[in-house]
Amino acid sequence: MSTFIPTIGLEVHAQLSTETKLFCRCKNQFGQKPNHSTCPVCLGMPGALPTLNQRAIEFATRAGLALGCDIQITSVFSRKNYFYPDLPKGYQISQYDKPICLGGGLDTELGRVRLTRIHVEEDAGKLLHGDSKANQSEGSLVDLNRAGVPLIEIVSEPDISSPEQAVAYLKKLRTILRYIGVCDGNMEEGSLRCDANVSVRPEGETKLRTRAEIKNINSFRFVQKAIEFEIARQTEIYKQGGEVLQETRLFNTDKMATFSMRSKEEANDYRYFPEPDLQPLVLSQAFIADISASMPELPDDRKQRYMQTYQLSEYDAGVITAEKEISDFFEASIERYQTDDIKKIKKLTNTLSSEVLRIVKETNTPIDRIQISPADLAETMKLIDAGTISGKIAKELLDKIAQTGLAPMQIIEKEGWKQESDPDALKKIAQAIIDANPEQKQQYLAGKDKLFGFFVGQVMKETKGQANPSLINEILKELLQH
Amino acid sequence: MSLYEKPITELSSLLTEKQITSVELTKIFLDRIDQTNPTLNSFLTISHDIALADAAAADQKIQSGQPTHPLCGIPVGIKDIICTQDIKTTGASKILENFVPSYDATVIAHLREISAVRIGKTNCDEFAMGSSNENSAFANCKNPWDLSCVPGGSSGGSAAAVSSRQTPTSLGTDTGGSIRQPASLCGIVGIKPTYGRVSRFGSMAFASSLDQIGPFANTIEDAAIVLDAISQNCTQDSTYQGKPYNYVPKHIHAEIKGKTIGVDWAFIEAYASDEVLANFKQQIAFFESLGAVSKNISIAHQKYASACYYIIAPAEASSNLARYDGIRYTTQKGQEGGLDQIYVQSRSEGFGAEVQRRILLGTFVLSAGYYDAYYNKACHIRNRIQNDYKQALQEVDIIATPTTPAPAFKLGAKTNNPLEMYHADVFTVAIPLAGNPGLSIPTGFNKDNLPLGMQLVGRHFDEETLFQFGHKIQREFQHHTKVPTL
Repeated sequence: MSTFIPTIGLEVHAQLSTETKLFCRCKNQFGQKPNHSTCPVCLGMPGALPTLNQRAIEFATRAGLALGCDIQITSVFSRKNYFYPDLPKGYQISQYDKPICLGGGLDTELGRVRLTRIHVEEDAGKLLHGDSKANQSEGSLVDLNRAGVPLIEIVSEPDISSPEQAVAYLKKLRTILRYIGVCDGNMEEGSLRCDANVSVRPEGETKLRTRAEIKNINSFRFVQKAIEFEIARQTEIYKQGGEVLQETRLFNTDKMATFSMRSKEEANDYRYFPEPDLQPLVLSQAFIADISASMPELPDDRKQRYMQTYQLSEYDAGVITAEKEISDFFEASIERYQTDDIKKIKKLTNTLSSEVLRIVKETNTPIDRIQISPADLAETMKLIDAGTISGKIAKELLDKIAQTGLAPMQIIEKEGWKQESDPDALKKIAQAIIDANPEQKQQYLAGKDKLFGFFVGQVMKETKGQANPSLINEILKELLQH
Repeated sequence: MSLYEKPITELSSLLTEKQITSVELTKIFLDRIDQTNPTLNSFLTISHDIALADAAAADQKIQSGQPTHPLCGIPVGIKDIICTQDIKTTGASKILENFVPSYDATVIAHLREISAVRIGKTNCDEFAMGSSNENSAFANCKNPWDLSCVPGGSSGGSAAAVSSRQTPTSLGTDTGGSIRQPASLCGIVGIKPTYGRVSRFGSMAFASSLDQIGPFANTIEDAAIVLDAISQNCTQDSTYQGKPYNYVPKHIHAEIKGKTIGVDWAFIEAYASDEVLANFKQQIAFFESLGAVSKNISIAHQKYASACYYIIAPAEASSNLARYDGIRYTTQKGQEGGLDQIYVQSRSEGFGAEVQRRILLGTFVLSAGYYDAYYNKACHIRNRIQNDYKQALQEVDIIATPTTPAPAFKLGAKTNNPLEMYHADVFTVAIPLAGNPGLSIPTGFNKDNLPLGMQLVGRHFDEETLFQFGHKIQREFQHHTKVPTL
């Protein structure tokens, strides 16, 4: 039996982090009391009309530019008609045959994924079904706070060939959207949602086979699992001599399996037509140029810059730029560090990725919310450079800062970690120890080099570990010769 | 002459000269409504308390001596399709039987700013779909000139209320003729403004690309005053063009000598009844006697306007009315059968036959496989019609037609024949497709004492020229001084 090759395309819905909704001026904010961020427009009350939020168009344009799309001068809003209780107007205002962005793409470590289009649309509300945590009543309840929240839908070409690449694409996309500040990328809160179109075909066959669409997957892990499951399911069907049906499926996170939601025959006819309540959206070249000029540095550009300017390895630069917040932390630390010394910057990079990111992971707190500030990291590095503390103590110091929020020097003094770096004081201690151990000195001078460690240990013991190790080495070597 | 027979221009003077208060005036009209409404059914809601409170506020404004709009203190009837905060707004539909909006339509907000008086909500065809007012879910409205006849539709109640002097003015909406046709059938002035002249916010959408709110009044000046009030600024309607109409009496009173009138004689002769045609010819002759020049023109694609209209309007309506889904506003039906059953049963029981017909029609023409053949083709024809009017109005200043092919018909005469009913719009449907303004003015009566009317169509945002022409007929023939006896 031949092997089967998967073909995957993703449709990603990203909520735009505008102040207000797409067609009314209600607050766009997660976590409010149900139906408290609503007005006649987003409630779809009789006679209410949409007025476009320009900021959302700015955000969509920014996303399009970041992803290398062709921004369309004229795009058109259309109505997508279907009935569902979370859709108060009975239609969703979306874009259909004339979206705001065409083309574009992004590179993943597993290959380039081209984009078909990006369009702007409004989100629907949320249903709280009965006997659930949020709704203990019998019937279903409707919360329309989310209705009218601006979304961009980013549609990829079927260029993705593995679950891993799908996740890589999604992660990269999320990073970019967060870098340019248009979406917070919070998958748990539904700011970023993913539909996956999956088909498989036997190796050697060029024509794509029937695809299934898996709707509304809300974490990287589930995207991976859902696609894995779907590939296995379809492959199995073909191996059994069956046919895959064109259908919409949902991913059950308890069973880690997809199941059929509706078949092609049951699919809605959305009866798209141009939204008569809104004029076609016409962007000026100046508007696009303005946004283009104000674009922040994108993750790939930053990565390149770190590799060139700071001579970071590709791996390190990748780790630092994977999240805008980490990268911003890094830059702020360097600014406070005030050094051009490449070696020192590399040391800071190492401390950031091995210690600070470890704390981020252990405490499950984003880097911009931990108690360590970029200034704290820079200060820590400076204290090591000055010999005030040993490099070894940095790990514990950062842990303490994360726990207490105190400044590095406060902790060092409190913990008595200050390193003894006064050569005269150390000389006195060292001389006393040599004088107290004449035999060892004799043996050392006779060639028993190992005994050097004995003297270092004694000095450390005497200073309670706070002696500057390199200074001790220097002093002992000198004193033992006499 | 009773006070309630006077036009706004005179009533406004009486108010500002403090010869009468708005409260007194409003009571006179409320009494008149209370007396005549059981006969006419022109109002669905009479808002006594709110009207008197508005009137008291108007009186205070007038007392304070600050400059007031001519509509200050004047009662206004409001088509029940236009949302009014705290006043029930049903769309004449069972599905919105108990709906009380928490917000005002922009036009209502404007009326309140200038202290006009919200006297009540007028009857109409359900969701403005109809030409006779017989599609109201609540009551058949009667024509004040002949109670066995329809007032026209869909804004039949608004027209009947002004014609019978229950209110000096009222607001209607026009999608295919819903202001002009009932104005003609009731013998009063009605204008569908240019698309984009008046905010649509708060007016229950029937066909969004066609709907426009406009006034009914007994005189041209009164209609102009109301248009001035309601066309003011709006930020909530993206199709509002930001061009308020400013009422300047001397512009309306300007002479029409040397202006040109286009008449598509062939089209008119094909559809107008003999008495309507004869009356229409007299009006053209009168304009010519004042030095205007009439030209025979051809609006090539006009003959497709009805077909085009009855695709585009239902298409948009099918989508606009999707929000009345049984989840909100109405008593939910069919719960035991699950979600689909709720939709089917709530809508089947909540909407009347004509509304259901148009929803089905609209859903069909937008469906996969039919979109190009119907909706898309209709949009192309619409472009042609727009161009026709644009070109014609480069050659002439206005285009004239009779407003309707025949005067008011009997109640029930066309209810079993939707196509014949649609035909009542034959002279009016093309105008909203093209977006131009259209004015209907009374031009006298037929042998049965039923009013006849004439439609004048102008360039986009040139309502002024329509008013000028209308004013000349009004000045000469004084039809507005005839009041139906009730």
